[in-house]
Amino acid sequence: MRKAELVIIGGGPAGMAAAVSARQNGIENIVILERDHVLGGILNQCIHNGFGLHTFQEELTGPEYADRYEQKVKELEIEYQLETMVTDISEGTDQKASDLLPGVRCIHVSAVNRTYGFFQIETKAVILAMGCRERPRGALNIPGYRPAGIYSAGTAQRLINVMGYMPGKRVVILGSGDIGLIMARRMTLEGAKVLAVAELMPYSGGLKRNIVQCLEDYDIPLLLSHTVVNIRGKERVEGITLAKVDEKGRPLPGTQIEYECDTLLLSCGLLPENELSKTAGVALQQITGGPAVNDRLETSIPGMFACGNVLHVHDLVDYVSEEASLAGKYAACYIQKAKEEPVEDGTKAKERAAEDGTEAKEEPAKDGTELEAAVTDDTELQIQPENGVRYTVPCSISPDKMADQVVVRFRVGGVYQDRYISVYLGEQRLLHAKRRILTPGKMEQVILKKSFFQSVKPDEAIRIDLEEE
Amino acid sequence: MFDTVIIGAGVTGAAVARELSRYQLKVCVLEREEDVCCGTSKANSAIIHAGFDAKPGTWKAKLNVAGNRLMDQWSRELDFPFVRNGSMVVCTDAGKMERLEALYQQGLANQVPGLEIITDKKRLREMEPNLSDQTAAVLWAPTGGIVCPFLYNIAAAENAAKNGVEFRFRSEVTGIIKKEWGYEIATKEGLITTRTVVNAAGLYADVLHNMVSERKLQITPRRGSYCLLDKTAGTHVNSTIFMLPGEYGKGVLVTPTVHGNLLMGPTAVDVKDKEAINTTAEELAEVLEKSSMAVKDIPKRQVITSFAGLRAHEVGRDFVLGEAEDAKGFWDCAGIESPGLSASAAIGCLMAGWVADSLHAKKKEHFHSKRRGIVHPFELPEEQRQELVSQNPAYGVIVCRCEMVTEGEIREAIRRPLGARSLDGIKRRTRAGMGRCQAGFCSPRVMELLAEELGIELTQVTKSGGKSMLVYSDAAQVHLPEANLKWADVLNEG
Repeated sequence: MRKAELVIIGGGPAGMAAAVSARQNGIENIVILERDHVLGGILNQCIHNGFGLHTFQEELTGPEYADRYEQKVKELEIEYQLETMVTDISEGTDQKASDLLPGVRCIHVSAVNRTYGFFQIETKAVILAMGCRERPRGALNIPGYRPAGIYSAGTAQRLINVMGYMPGKRVVILGSGDIGLIMARRMTLEGAKVLAVAELMPYSGGLKRNIVQCLEDYDIPLLLSHTVVNIRGKERVEGITLAKVDEKGRPLPGTQIEYECDTLLLSCGLLPENELSKTAGVALQQITGGPAVNDRLETSIPGMFACGNVLHVHDLVDYVSEEASLAGKYAACYIQKAKEEPVEDGTKAKERAAEDGTEAKEEPAKDGTELEAAVTDDTELQIQPENGVRYTVPCSISPDKMADQVVVRFRVGGVYQDRYISVYLGEQRLLHAKRRILTPGKMEQVILKKSFFQSVKPDEAIRIDLEEE
Repeated sequence: MFDTVIIGAGVTGAAVARELSRYQLKVCVLEREEDVCCGTSKANSAIIHAGFDAKPGTWKAKLNVAGNRLMDQWSRELDFPFVRNGSMVVCTDAGKMERLEALYQQGLANQVPGLEIITDKKRLREMEPNLSDQTAAVLWAPTGGIVCPFLYNIAAAENAAKNGVEFRFRSEVTGIIKKEWGYEIATKEGLITTRTVVNAAGLYADVLHNMVSERKLQITPRRGSYCLLDKTAGTHVNSTIFMLPGEYGKGVLVTPTVHGNLLMGPTAVDVKDKEAINTTAEELAEVLEKSSMAVKDIPKRQVITSFAGLRAHEVGRDFVLGEAEDAKGFWDCAGIESPGLSASAAIGCLMAGWVADSLHAKKKEHFHSKRRGIVHPFELPEEQRQELVSQNPAYGVIVCRCEMVTEGEIREAIRRPLGARSLDGIKRRTRAGMGRCQAGFCSPRVMELLAEELGIELTQVTKSGGKSMLVYSDAAQVHLPEANLKWADVLNEG
């Protein structure tokens, strides 16, 4: 069996940044496994600009941004396998037999491609960087026919920007997520008529700048609190019906608007793609659907890290790169530490992992604490999102192991004006920062300093919430 | 001139074709669509019923039980997935026990094997942990099963083709005229002559029948809507769970599918339009609501798609099978609604026997009873799949991530006889696009493969034939006067 120190699943922005960082932190034997025929992931089809302002202090297109990292991957001679699909991740069985990693737990990654067929890699650590996918029509249960002409916004984006074909001429878009907004502009520029963008919620799920630059600049109406209630056309879409919805999202009678169109694009949310994480037994956060990670971006399975949109959906690729660099660094630390102190014996590791898997599914929040308490005596502080804060990434931090500062990112559950983001440790307020406006479309962050946690009492938790004053 | 023309390439037509191909006959199947399995056969519960539902003595009762019995052999010979997962009728009201008992007695009269009424709560919990807490008793039918209706239909048709049956697609029948020697059939592609006709036209079987017979049939489309759940929900139940028929009508069923999803439905709404396969908000809500009556805690957020199909309900309520009384040589398979899928193999045998006898046909010396399906590498033992990829590397490239469908499978689906011609054709043969992302990732690549294999432009690739084109060549084809005007203005000003 092939051996590696670090396997990175996904060669998009997250995977590439993680690989580069891991190499820069001293890891030699790295393999990136990418399912597409090029590196870069979804950036390859994002030909609009606006990428890289934070990372490179300049405005790049998606492919340009990806190329910067691809060049680094190549300069650092990091191995990558294209058109390679990972089919399974599991704990290695014969850990003692591993000569590369004597006495250290290892992970088996199974994959398939046209060159090697079905193959396995034995590795010390894995970084999950599979990204996310779009919510399909079925999940929305939109009634009507099922003709040609219904696309997710991302599929339409690929058809136009990568393949050079137009998915339609007269378009209605459901959902005001960023891809939907970008595609409203893109299709208009390519000569299509975008009749309307409908959004179920009373607010847009996209960034304000995209609403201005992609809709308002082109006079495309944004209909908030509207949804699709019918799709007409037996072969190709011939029309769709929108209706206004009440506060529970139920269509209101008498508010139907008919549109003659040949295309319906769906931009109704992105879902972290975690089928592999599930087969591996990684504990997932209920709200995000992504792995629950600690401040080192490590999942409930030791040696398995996660970063980018597989963790939670980011607004900006710059944040993905930043997060992924950290994941690469922490994976490198883990691998080096494992080299120095191969402490655990295989059976114990396996038992522990089995416990993680089952327990974590029911109570992901508790899992980290028990795990660390049992193994290293380290305290792991849970971060509890409350009062409008939907989730946080990471969802726990370790005051001992944490870096001098840790960025905690989250989204809020509604539109809030003039609120304070507050962070508490027990009863003690650590941070209190005013925001003029908070919306679900924009990811928020707070920075937790190591110095906050000099004296921590047992069972204390960190709480992040929104306060009016 | 053909000996027999079968109209319709759904499960009934395909099963008749397969069985008729045992004989020394010149047989042709006419299909309106560009593929087999495009009507009622593609949108149903995918259930092989045990056979207790129909009144004893009816065709439905006899052929359901007979068809069910044939499925093991057919799935083996034709290589399509079929599982006897058993079925349960759940009675949640102790006051309605006599209805369950009546169903049991009916099943006995229909000679359904292994029927049992189970009241032991502990045993029921072991069999089905997610049955409603109100469950008083169930009727257990171990012979109930689930099948992939697409692969079954495709397999039977491919096997018929292998045995010499000719298939003509996009050949909608527009008229049938009785002649002394047989029938003249007008299609959009021209005239076809034949000694006998088998009418397996599903929802349109009445229209065709009424072209040659004065004893009119009347088929009402009865729509059923379904919700399909992700594979993560696929083990929520083990067997097919029915509600006790009663005040809520026949109710909706909850069943695993052979591919590991969970399926819920159908509704039953009579509609006028024979093409009205649209879902409605009311019907989808009904499916979601009623599914909970017999099964608890269904993870309804896992719905990945919804669809509707039309049952061909004949006014006489039973299957209409046999030679039309006033049109010799015109054989009807009409009103094939539930349990039509379950009965189809038996209908195929019965009808083929009748037609062959009427033509005094002899059996062929060499009939190929076996057909092999498309190889899915993930179902092979490790060594074999490694061998497959080394011989054909396309089997090492995953195109559909959700269902792990390889490029090799998709190419094979297009290349084999009666191959796929559209995205939906690929989907039904390989499951590419049938998973949780519902073709979001794979459809552009599948479109490219279709264009490449068929030697057509991407703009000619369709979702399901006809005018269901997916893309236009470029923006130039998208002609918008106002957009052009704006550019002209800009240029003039410049």
